[in-house]
Amino acid sequence: MKVLALRLMPLFLFIILIGFFWYSLSLDPKKLPSAKLGKPLPNFVLPVLGNPNLKLSQNDLNGKISILNVWASWCSSCVDEQIFLLHLARIGVTIYGLNYKDNQDDAINWLSSWGNPYKLIGSDLDGKVAIDLGVYGAPETFLIDKFGTIRFRYAGVLTSKIWQQEFMPRINEMEHNL
Amino acid sequence: MIAEIGLFALLLALLFAFMLVIVPTLGIIFNKEDWQASVKIYVPLQFFFVALAYLALTVCFLTDDFTVSYVLMNSSKSLPLFYKICAVWGGHEGSMLLWVFILTLWMFAVNLFSKNLFFPLKIRVLIVLGLLSIGFILFIIITSNPYSRQFEILQTVGRDLNPLLQDPGFLFHPPMLYMGYVGFSVAFSFAIAALWLGRVESSWAKWTRPWTLAAWCFLTAGITLGSWWAYRELGWGGWWFWDPVENASFMPWIVGTALIHSLAVAEKREQFIAWTLLLAITAFSLSLVGTFLVRSGVLTSVHAFAVDPERGLYILIFLLVVIGGSLGLFALRAKSVVRVKNLNLISREAALLLNNVFLMVIMLTILMGTVYPLIIDGLGLGKLSVGAPYFNAVFIPLMIPLLILMGFGVQLNWQRDGFKRLYSVLGLVGLLSLFIPALLEIIITKSFNLNVYLGLVLAFWVLLSTLKTLLIRLKISGFMGISLAYLGMVIAHLGLSLTVIGITLSSGYGIESDVKMSPGEHIFFAGFDIRFVSESSLTGANYHGNRAHFMISSNGYEKSIFPEKRIYNVGNIPMTESAIDVSLFRDIYVALGEPINDDSWSVRFYYKPFVRFIWGGGFFIFFGGFLALVDSRYYLKGRKKNKLTFKAKI
Repeated sequence: MKVLALRLMPLFLFIILIGFFWYSLSLDPKKLPSAKLGKPLPNFVLPVLGNPNLKLSQNDLNGKISILNVWASWCSSCVDEQIFLLHLARIGVTIYGLNYKDNQDDAINWLSSWGNPYKLIGSDLDGKVAIDLGVYGAPETFLIDKFGTIRFRYAGVLTSKIWQQEFMPRINEMEHNL
Repeated sequence: MIAEIGLFALLLALLFAFMLVIVPTLGIIFNKEDWQASVKIYVPLQFFFVALAYLALTVCFLTDDFTVSYVLMNSSKSLPLFYKICAVWGGHEGSMLLWVFILTLWMFAVNLFSKNLFFPLKIRVLIVLGLLSIGFILFIIITSNPYSRQFEILQTVGRDLNPLLQDPGFLFHPPMLYMGYVGFSVAFSFAIAALWLGRVESSWAKWTRPWTLAAWCFLTAGITLGSWWAYRELGWGGWWFWDPVENASFMPWIVGTALIHSLAVAEKREQFIAWTLLLAITAFSLSLVGTFLVRSGVLTSVHAFAVDPERGLYILIFLLVVIGGSLGLFALRAKSVVRVKNLNLISREAALLLNNVFLMVIMLTILMGTVYPLIIDGLGLGKLSVGAPYFNAVFIPLMIPLLILMGFGVQLNWQRDGFKRLYSVLGLVGLLSLFIPALLEIIITKSFNLNVYLGLVLAFWVLLSTLKTLLIRLKISGFMGISLAYLGMVIAHLGLSLTVIGITLSSGYGIESDVKMSPGEHIFFAGFDIRFVSESSLTGANYHGNRAHFMISSNGYEKSIFPEKRIYNVGNIPMTESAIDVSLFRDIYVALGEPINDDSWSVRFYYKPFVRFIWGGGFFIFFGGFLALVDSRYYLKGRKKNKLTFKAKI
């Protein structure tokens, strides 16, 4: 018996390790709770990137379901979601951008090399609006309903899978209810 | 088109991997010799198609095919050709493809060089390897397809390869490391095949040893190169960070080292057989666990790849099947974990057993430190990270008894030895290793640092004892009587003592200094006069920046070095290219920090005595392993005899 226990020891240790691995996979750091969920967008007026005479405010996001994407040219993983954002824009999703703590010229150059999926982009040069939104880091994406209420937020690179799993059910529900 | 050919080739490779597993297994069940023999067709076919798949991805890089997302994300038009070839393994998807390529390369080699291997063992080894390759090819196809295309971004120059990777070290380090990592799969498969057969002959160890040694050599070289590269490229003079990814490569190395030693006992004394099987399973299991930790994103690390929980889940299930299955099989089939027949306390067997115990304890403490943040988080006790202070605090005290043991171990005879003989051989060696370091330290540095002294005593103890055993052997059997395997052991052990000397002296007597300097100024640093001569702007293929000229001089010695601050054009990423005045006994390392105002810079200087010994020792260890590997006794005569003994047992 003692020998069997000894032989099972490595397997036993391994199973414990796997248990912790399993659990830590389910602890997805990207699903951060947001204090802003279910609340209206904070009030803001930002100059539009590339055309500072125009302004973007929270009222522009009313009336239609849209997403607000926080990005910056210095954010290397923002490129990772650009292909998918371009795809979303092409299938008709309204995307607003929040250019986070960026340099105007860099941001415009960045858009010319990686494409522009945004309807309008607000220049949040000092990051104040991002603080009001409770932004954790770029990239980050908010789902906004037609009343300007934040319905979901995702921190990290947006992918087709996340879109299907997290955004689409909520969008369908919102459309169904109204 | 090329990318689609690549994907198709990978699918064909998957098909042949399935054939490789299914047909011979049915052959074993229904006792059909020719079905079993089909491995010799499937292995080369699978290798060919994986190589084709790999080649296709390389062609995508060389032709700047940015519709392939992976190429878009890891290359650019201006990336030099040399880096385009290496950029194939610059991201997650491609490095998994490299992993599979190397796995099939090992399989191809096993198939080629095992003509005389006991046939039932050989086919089982290849079936197990085939199963592993199925797991990895499916992983690539399901979660990490490097050939997937995008048509959203077409007007692009590409995102460029991560600038940290744009260094010649990148050509060698990942493939070497993977050769080692993946190479342990062969020893693993030999162990599983032996458990499957239900018996182990002494020649099993003889057959497993060269494969283990080869993988271990590659891993040694890979880790050494990685450390040297980090020192050059990360810009702050460190050479080991206890980063989770480094630990993920170091743990299999430690267990591999234990395995090499226990295989020696298994081969020579037919002892520790079950223990050796367990080590062979553990070494490769740790490679897999390392892959999980790195690719799932459960731990953050400087080596982070694109993180995806689904990949983590796949690898976790794969881990559960492969490692859980193997350990389960082990529990069922092995008679005991450590069965020791008439072990004498003062004998080489005992020393090697103790060596194994220490190495396993070291591995477990590193594993503990690496996964501790996960465990604390899993128990809901908060988030924390475990850094170098923990690892240094546990690793160094465990190395001390191991090094002391090493000095004794190399002298001990098999079966039985005596205190008296040991004393007569090692008495002087012990005294000298206590005195020489003290003398050297006091004469050269005119100071006394206890930590340095202790480190040097241990290094000299190993060094002198190893040289002594070589001398004794030379006296007894003459120059021709020394086998390459023995010489390899001596060189590898000397290498370890050189590494210990390098670590001890560079951390004990290293100096660093942060200075604000502008061109024309000079400082006195570590006995050298260092002048900031000039600064100029710099333009490279895919970067621009500044290049500084520093002149180091001392007593007629003069040397110019040119540290750079580069800004990579795509992504505007700044990189520090340090410049190092290298010599055998000391490095002077200069790194440009940030420009402070128009003409002055923050500059960082390091003086690192004996730092080259760290990697020099690593190279010695590698070379020792290589000598043991080419020792002819594993090949010519030995093999024929094995075949006979095996036949005799059937």
